[in-house]
Amino acid sequence: MMIDRQTKPPRNSANLDETRLRQQAIGVKLRQMFDEVVNEPVPDEFLEILRRADERGGGGKGA
Amino acid sequence: MGPSEPASKASADRDKAFQTELVALIPHLRAFARTLCGNAAAADDLAQDTVLKAWDARETFAMGTNMKAWTFMILRNQFYSEKRRSWRQTQLDQEAAERTLVAVDDPESPVLLDELRLGLAMLPPEQREALILVGAGGFAYEEAAEICQCAVGTVKSRVSRARRALQGILESGQYRRDGSAAGQAMDTILADAERLSTIK
Repeated sequence: MMIDRQTKPPRNSANLDETRLRQQAIGVKLRQMFDEVVNEPVPDEFLEILRRADERGGGGKGA
Repeated sequence: MGPSEPASKASADRDKAFQTELVALIPHLRAFARTLCGNAAAADDLAQDTVLKAWDARETFAMGTNMKAWTFMILRNQFYSEKRRSWRQTQLDQEAAERTLVAVDDPESPVLLDELRLGLAMLPPEQREALILVGAGGFAYEEAAEICQCAVGTVKSRVSRARRALQGILESGQYRRDGSAAGQAMDTILADAERLSTIK
């Protein structure tokens, strides 16, 4: 990992940095896309089906 | 067995704890479903089925273990079993990508589609889900492997292939049928990332 190549400025290292930068940017965008939905308010139906399932299962009341 | 009172009390408490944890996961299940279905309404149906299935299977879940990975696995299995029922597996990828591309021109499309989503739609499904779980869902490779029921090394290689392919798609503008604006998507993503990182 720590091979010292500093003396020779290889043409590839600029490309590697650029690729890393682009990959990081894609990663940011991916998380943003996912988090957008995570941050949406949960539709009432979700809690409604759990409430119904809860009653059906004879669990807690009014939960 | 003696009085059943304490046992049922314990079971009710456990159910309550289970439900609290499950409810907290709903936003994440919706997000994962959205990446699989593309269509927001279908995604919510899938996420709701998952919540119900998880609730019905609550006895089989060991409290204290990873409920997020467990529910994601249920959601994924549900998605693929529905797909198997309705479509021919081999045609799926192409069809899904085509539909997504068509949806761009559809003003009634319920989902906001951008280049990233289009790029994702062009990846093979197993690469796409691996990248989403690790790159967007924040799962460790080990957790993603559990969810996808495959080896950790397989997930790693899928994620890395997906990353390379997605970058290639975005840079070449393959997501546009006419090939216009090639590379523009990548520029926009880079600019966005820069903006977001200065906000942080």
